[in-house]
Amino acid sequence: MVNLTTNIGNLELKNPVMTASGTFGFGTEYLDFIDLSLLGGIVVKGITPKPRQGNPYPRMAETASGMLNAVGLQNKGVDYFIEHIYPEISHYGTEIIVNINGGSVEEYCEVAEKLNELDKIRAIELNISCPNVKQGGMLFGTHCPSAMAVTKAVRGAFSKTLIVKLSPNVTSIAEFAKAVEDNGADSISLINTLLGMAIDAKTRRPLLSTVTGGLSGPAIKPVALRMVWQVYNSVKIPVIGMGGIMNATDAIEFILAGASAIQIGTANFINPAVSVEIVNGIKTYLEQNKLESVAQLIGALEC
Amino acid sequence: MGNFSYGSSGIENYALVFITLRPTLIAQMKKLVENFKVNTVKQLNKEFFVLGLQSEKQLPEILPGQFVQVKIEGSAKTFLRRPISVYDVDFMNRTLWLLVKIAGEGTKQLSRLHPGEHLNIIYPLGNSFSLNVKGKVLLIGGGTGVAPLLFLGKYLKSTHNITPDFLLGYRSKELVIEPEKFETTGNVFITTEDGSLGHKGFVTQHPLLYDDTKKYDAIFTCGPEVMMKAIANYAKAKNIVCEVSLENLMGCGIGACLCCVVDTVDEGNVNTCTEGPVFNIQRLKW
Repeated sequence: MVNLTTNIGNLELKNPVMTASGTFGFGTEYLDFIDLSLLGGIVVKGITPKPRQGNPYPRMAETASGMLNAVGLQNKGVDYFIEHIYPEISHYGTEIIVNINGGSVEEYCEVAEKLNELDKIRAIELNISCPNVKQGGMLFGTHCPSAMAVTKAVRGAFSKTLIVKLSPNVTSIAEFAKAVEDNGADSISLINTLLGMAIDAKTRRPLLSTVTGGLSGPAIKPVALRMVWQVYNSVKIPVIGMGGIMNATDAIEFILAGASAIQIGTANFINPAVSVEIVNGIKTYLEQNKLESVAQLIGALEC
Repeated sequence: MGNFSYGSSGIENYALVFITLRPTLIAQMKKLVENFKVNTVKQLNKEFFVLGLQSEKQLPEILPGQFVQVKIEGSAKTFLRRPISVYDVDFMNRTLWLLVKIAGEGTKQLSRLHPGEHLNIIYPLGNSFSLNVKGKVLLIGGGTGVAPLLFLGKYLKSTHNITPDFLLGYRSKELVIEPEKFETTGNVFITTEDGSLGHKGFVTQHPLLYDDTKKYDAIFTCGPEVMMKAIANYAKAKNIVCEVSLENLMGCGIGACLCCVVDTVDEGNVNTCTEGPVFNIQRLKW
């Protein structure tokens, strides 16, 4: 019997597989396909203090081995989440982690404070890396003093596990990792999408209404692996790796690079049962390699 | 929900349309992922082909207007699934048909499938056209948009005893899609842009729409957005109930990615994949 549990700060997950924010709705969208209680956790769609309509259509463009999106944090706001969504999803039998967003430090704190009151929410993911909003988002995640300030403030507003989601659109990701660790983060998740764009040569127009958007999918996996490895070697807190994971082998590569847990994103769109398949695949890998636990694999890369 | 306006149509009209036409039950149907066997790949002309897909199991309920998400195998260029409307269903023989237009790399790959190969699909997805319709019904399709209308026409004929009128628009005679299937289902009127068959011009220019003896109770349409917008304006002016089936770009098809949104008067951006693809025109900010 292999031990799949893994720890993210004080939070123990039954296995290292989570679903990434913005790719899994609130979990309800996947109930027809999988038993959600088999997952380590679900990171739900990003929440803001007030409802947001998001960006105009078109918001998506397929690219080689991936896709661009420019959704722009469409959501019904934190109060709607607490009143209508939380009661429905808090009994799924898996950790529900809320991805939080804001246009200012105060807005991030407002969301964090409200979520701190919810018993079944034992962790939040502070999103300072959304590339598709004009205010907040990546502006915090690509300016180190801002990243430090928002982490410190949210740390003060939220007493449970605080995960900070980093942007890959920086020169030195390790610098940001250390900065948020020093300011109270319990864990770091990475990478959010890479800023990209796509053009229609026929019409000579961009394919996204916002011109630029966030690139995800296997196209970004080598960049993500590199960054997870660099961050793992720079901080002491656990790292959650993501970026183009399509199967269990991809997930194991991230764990070897130093991830204590991983998130499945875009792959959910193509195979809605992929997250559970990856849980099973990791188990099989451990058994075949005569390993007793996931912990033995974390950062086990031999260079 | 707040800051929206119902525009000139008026909330009363909007509500009435939904009470009279919207089925009370847009079934919360379970979505399935399944490998279908490719039975037939029928090339109709240089742009369109029909895939006949058979399931090993009994098919679930599938309604006219619903779609499937088809997995495209084996190319880095075609990463996401492709949403395709259900063209026809034979529940007895566990078979469904998809009408596909060769538009890019993904649909080109689908056209190269051979009988006996398998195709992975997620289905049934989305809502349906309003199926409690009564009276005279006009189905207007453009190009590949005729697909859900055949299924709808067959459904109305077999379950409601309604013989619909089809108004189908194509660029030219060579691109007309399986005319016999439509002719056995309803009265068919054709337009071609080059005049090689039927009335010359666009569907919106067909005399049928200006024949005052016709008095349609409902119009259902699917095709290029510019065509559907013109139909929507026509229906509004004539005060005819009208539903459109949208073909927005989709990431997931199951309501998770929020990429396929359309702007509505009551809720702002909503998912085309779960709230649609069929919308009453009164709900859209067109």
